[in-house]
Amino acid sequence: MKVLSLIIALVMGALLTVILDDLPAWGDPNSPANAHVSAYYLENAYEQTHVPNVVTAVLADYRGFDTMFETGVVFVAVIGIMGILRREDDPKSSKKSFKRPPHQPPDPVITGVATRFIVPFMQIFGLYVIAHGHYSPGGGFQGGVILGASIILMAMTGELKSALERMTEDWFIIMTGLGFLIFAGVGLACMFYGGNFLDYSALAPLFGGTPQEAAITARYHAMLWVEIGVGFTVMSSMFAIYSYLASDGWMDRGL
Amino acid sequence: MEWLQINYNYLLVIVLLMIGLWAMIGKNNLVKKCIGMCIFQNAIIMFFISMGAKAGSTIPILNYTKVNGVKTYFTEASMYANPLTQILMLTAIVVGVATLGMALTLVQKIYSEYGTCEEDEILKKIG
Repeated sequence: MKVLSLIIALVMGALLTVILDDLPAWGDPNSPANAHVSAYYLENAYEQTHVPNVVTAVLADYRGFDTMFETGVVFVAVIGIMGILRREDDPKSSKKSFKRPPHQPPDPVITGVATRFIVPFMQIFGLYVIAHGHYSPGGGFQGGVILGASIILMAMTGELKSALERMTEDWFIIMTGLGFLIFAGVGLACMFYGGNFLDYSALAPLFGGTPQEAAITARYHAMLWVEIGVGFTVMSSMFAIYSYLASDGWMDRGL
Repeated sequence: MEWLQINYNYLLVIVLLMIGLWAMIGKNNLVKKCIGMCIFQNAIIMFFISMGAKAGSTIPILNYTKVNGVKTYFTEASMYANPLTQILMLTAIVVGVATLGMALTLVQKIYSEYGTCEEDEILKKIG
């Protein structure tokens, strides 16, 4: 098996090396990947949405469907992990007690104090990354990961239970779905105002100014809502994946 | 030598793809297979990001000049790296985390059932 896999990998590498000369040169501004729609986004994104960070503009607005179902994929993954790993406490069976030996809770002094100092700053930074994603590198995914990491840090230094008191199992499942619902809700609101699904400019009647200005403002604000939804989903799904994996589905103690 | 200099980003990607594929097929330990999957994903991500680079460009966040308090944004496409590949990979990273979490969950379930992550030992216990 080892030799066979080595042969397969080498054959694939050789085939890819053969086609190297047909690939565009590195850094070529006129290569197929850099032409057409990518140039259109760079030239028109600010004019149409007033968001200087083109990545956020394309992620949340032009490619909204992609991002929405992306959030759905994360949600489905969390549901799948929960379905596979989660164990219900059965009071009748004593299976749990013999499978899980008693556990001495750790008494972290240095890491506990350091975590207590770091976590608030991490969470503020995470919120900043979500909220400032229109102007600087950032957005819902990145900020959500930072927020999730702050909760995971709490779970890793103290007990998993102390983190679960702040973010209970019910809540992170609800919030994972809620983020997806916020995203889809913004899309449905666009339909409600007579536009297409996720066509944010249909929300223009909610904002003041001339129709054109209002459409731009609507796209700008709808992007922020959408990013908040993505942040919800990513944050809670990170913690959900960690807590199910670390506690082997029992949700009683971590690593 | 010149050929290496022109293509070294693609060559790096090919090497990573080979390592990932080899680990996914040939390794006996299920966790190492997951690591191979991760390396494979990262190779694809590096491929897309290097495809989107342009010589002399900066990150795809528009620059501006301020004249008398009025901001004017530069929107020449050749000034900025390709945003599209970066977006595709941003979503691919998150899907990668989700699939890796799912894979590790299955590995953990298999371990608690059979007491081992080694493929041949699991096959022996099944058969």
